[in-house]
Amino acid sequence: MMHATRRQMIQGAAFGAAGSLFGFPMHVAAQAAKGGLLVIGTTQRARHLNSAVQSGIATMSPSAQIYASPLRMSADYKPMPYLAERWELSADNRSVRLNLRKDAVFHDGKPITAEDVKFSLETIRDNHPFRSMYAPLNAVTVSDPHTAVVRLSEPHPALLLAMSTSLTPILPKHIFGDGTDVKVHPRNTNPIGSGPFRLIEFKPGEVIVLDRFDRFFMKDAPSLERIIIREFKDPASLLLAFERGEVDLYSGLVDARDIARARKVPGVTVKAGSAPALGALVWLAFNTKSPKLADKRVRQAINYAIDKKMIVDTLLGGMPRRATGPIASGSPFYSANVERYDLNLAKAAQLLDAAGLKAGANGVRMSLDLDSAPGVSDVRVTQEYIKPALAKVGIEVNLRQSPDFPTWARRVWSYQFDMTMDSVWNWGDPVIGVHRTWLSSNIRPGVIWSNTQQYANPKVDELLAAAGREMDVKKRKAFYDEFQRIVVDDCPAAFLLEANYHQGAHGRVKSPPVGIWGINDALLETSVAKS
Amino acid sequence: MYRTLWAVARRLGLAAGLVLAVLAVNFTLIHAAPGDPAMVIAGEMGGSDEAAMAEIRKAYGLDRPLPAQFVTYLSRSLHGDLGRSYLLNRPVLELILDRIGPTILLVFTALLAAITIGTLLGVLASRKPDSIFSGVVTVTSLVGYAMPVFWTAILLVILFGKVWPVLPIAGMRDVRLYGGLWVRTLDVLHHLVLPAATLAIVYVAQYSRLARTSMLEVLGSDYIRTARAKGLGEGPVVFKHALRNALMPIVTIAGLQFGHLISGALLVETVFSWPGMGTLALESILGRDYPVLLGILTFSAILVIVANLLTDLSYRWLDPRLRGR
Repeated sequence: MMHATRRQMIQGAAFGAAGSLFGFPMHVAAQAAKGGLLVIGTTQRARHLNSAVQSGIATMSPSAQIYASPLRMSADYKPMPYLAERWELSADNRSVRLNLRKDAVFHDGKPITAEDVKFSLETIRDNHPFRSMYAPLNAVTVSDPHTAVVRLSEPHPALLLAMSTSLTPILPKHIFGDGTDVKVHPRNTNPIGSGPFRLIEFKPGEVIVLDRFDRFFMKDAPSLERIIIREFKDPASLLLAFERGEVDLYSGLVDARDIARARKVPGVTVKAGSAPALGALVWLAFNTKSPKLADKRVRQAINYAIDKKMIVDTLLGGMPRRATGPIASGSPFYSANVERYDLNLAKAAQLLDAAGLKAGANGVRMSLDLDSAPGVSDVRVTQEYIKPALAKVGIEVNLRQSPDFPTWARRVWSYQFDMTMDSVWNWGDPVIGVHRTWLSSNIRPGVIWSNTQQYANPKVDELLAAAGREMDVKKRKAFYDEFQRIVVDDCPAAFLLEANYHQGAHGRVKSPPVGIWGINDALLETSVAKS
Repeated sequence: MYRTLWAVARRLGLAAGLVLAVLAVNFTLIHAAPGDPAMVIAGEMGGSDEAAMAEIRKAYGLDRPLPAQFVTYLSRSLHGDLGRSYLLNRPVLELILDRIGPTILLVFTALLAAITIGTLLGVLASRKPDSIFSGVVTVTSLVGYAMPVFWTAILLVILFGKVWPVLPIAGMRDVRLYGGLWVRTLDVLHHLVLPAATLAIVYVAQYSRLARTSMLEVLGSDYIRTARAKGLGEGPVVFKHALRNALMPIVTIAGLQFGHLISGALLVETVFSWPGMGTLALESILGRDYPVLLGILTFSAILVIVANLLTDLSYRWLDPRLRGR
């Protein structure tokens, strides 16, 4: 038996103390990756790693690696097997039978069963901020350990999409079902997952380290040995690190100058249209109950007075797309057949005259406050342009900056605003990300990203209700086409931009993510050439 | 020895009272600031209704009157429980202990570098106060002192990030690097160069000016003249006899400046993404994460108090006349 000498013990203690001081756990330092290692750069800070109770890409991206979902989505929005080998929709579209793989296990070796699927879906329905995502879910019944039947109160056309990666992580019931509130469960930061990668280290604000799970149910996946998600404080630092090759993959490139710089890096490929399902829209929302903006002619006049082409081409370097309506162009339900509100100052003036807003001696017809969500660069730049643009038709704009998110949110959800700019996301299907902002039943004081425009049109409510239970894609698209035409005409918001996220990847990254969720999907095929 | 121990015990008692006062003042000031943490938490979760907000307030004890919150906070703090982060849902103590190591490393490295380099430059400049070298030290020091720390940091990032990319400009370690402890330690030291240099540059100026003035005064003393008259070489005169006395004001300033250094570290950590308490403080301020912010302020206060205690003790080591007091 060997005994450590006192010198060795002191050295060991000193090494441990130094390791702790220098901020890295010794078990990570000791482990060497044998295969591909992917470093992803982000400016998003993850609070925790459980996307069952948290929206936002900061959590969704690592959560999609840690947890498997029942299904995956192809690049053309077709469901593919994942944890569920097969799925079968009932004839009345009110239930879905999921046949789960029998060889799937959690990272602690316990089998993944139908009970875990039931627990996860019900947890998401009760806790996820996207309440409409599983609103029709009545119950999940378990007929055997590998068969779960999802029962609905009415047909739910977005159900299969909702059950895809990022939105429906399958959680271990034996961990999260201990009675602790899932929203504040300690395992949210130290998870036992069901997905292709297991958590090694999570340092909020710094780094997330994930290693390949060797017992993952897909035998040839994932290709990567390790993923490191490294957080940067701002896009400038992240871009610099990407240029220096310290980061392999940068998925959130949005600024025209940053994209141009990334394209100049030798061996780097930059592709537009990353994660199209997110559908990030930038709009100028109107408080339709404000006496100044209750007349839709005034809102339309403002829309005509804003030169969207100039915003896109000149202010933002041609990188974002021009938005035309409440559904982003990457969605299969997008319709371009709406009024485009091209710049027309004469028409704007005519509409304002018709609404009874005549210019005074100083040329001013009315004065409006313009708020904006803090921290979105496209919003800030566009907001500064809108002030002089509306001055041309006699509307005086008072820009109100909010020092932080709560200040802005309170003004918006308590309806103490005239106009506000924000970035709002579609989240894959209109049922999940679009209905919430236009249904009159979702005018809810105190809830941000609800129908804070206070827009109410019975015809729109009717169309959304019909589209929300219609399973036939063509019929559904027809409902949404009509919905888009009406909303754009009613103009409760001026739709300005669609963020066009670019993904930059160094040449050593093979098969970078190209799916509808982009980097927020499980990185099963991606690999990195060894250097 | 007994007197020294008594002096230390007395100062520790005063320090404990001071920490309690700091806790009370910080708690009051932070809660007086506008902003609702429940809104931030709800926003981070992707939006929430009033019922869920009420649930959040209840879960974090934010629905209780402020004095009741303070009493609970104080009682838990005395038992070593600084609460849980609203945003990260982790114990505050764990978060701070995770980040305090990098901050201490950064601050002490910068302080040590500033004192050593500043004092050395000051001593050398004091030997020939009208020389070109002395003039260069004075001007360079003033330039370093005049530049705001964040500006110095950005200039260094541009220089070593783009123009001459030989030093890392972000983080504390190379996430791709695998190796033993020595490899990793060297990697951390490599990453430490720019943040520590940025922080030290401002203080090098102060210490060199202080050391120069102090040395000039001491070098003109009778006992130095006596030492020279006895035939002692210039080296022993300057470094053995003069420097020890000239160090007193430097030590005083070092103790007082510790608080400034910590606030400087906040800016430096942010620019260089150094994972210390500065970046944690910034995130907590932006996120209205009261428990973390209070914890950081308390720890900073403790660090400053300890630094001043050590300063007091070092007087006794430097000046034997104080040991009897």
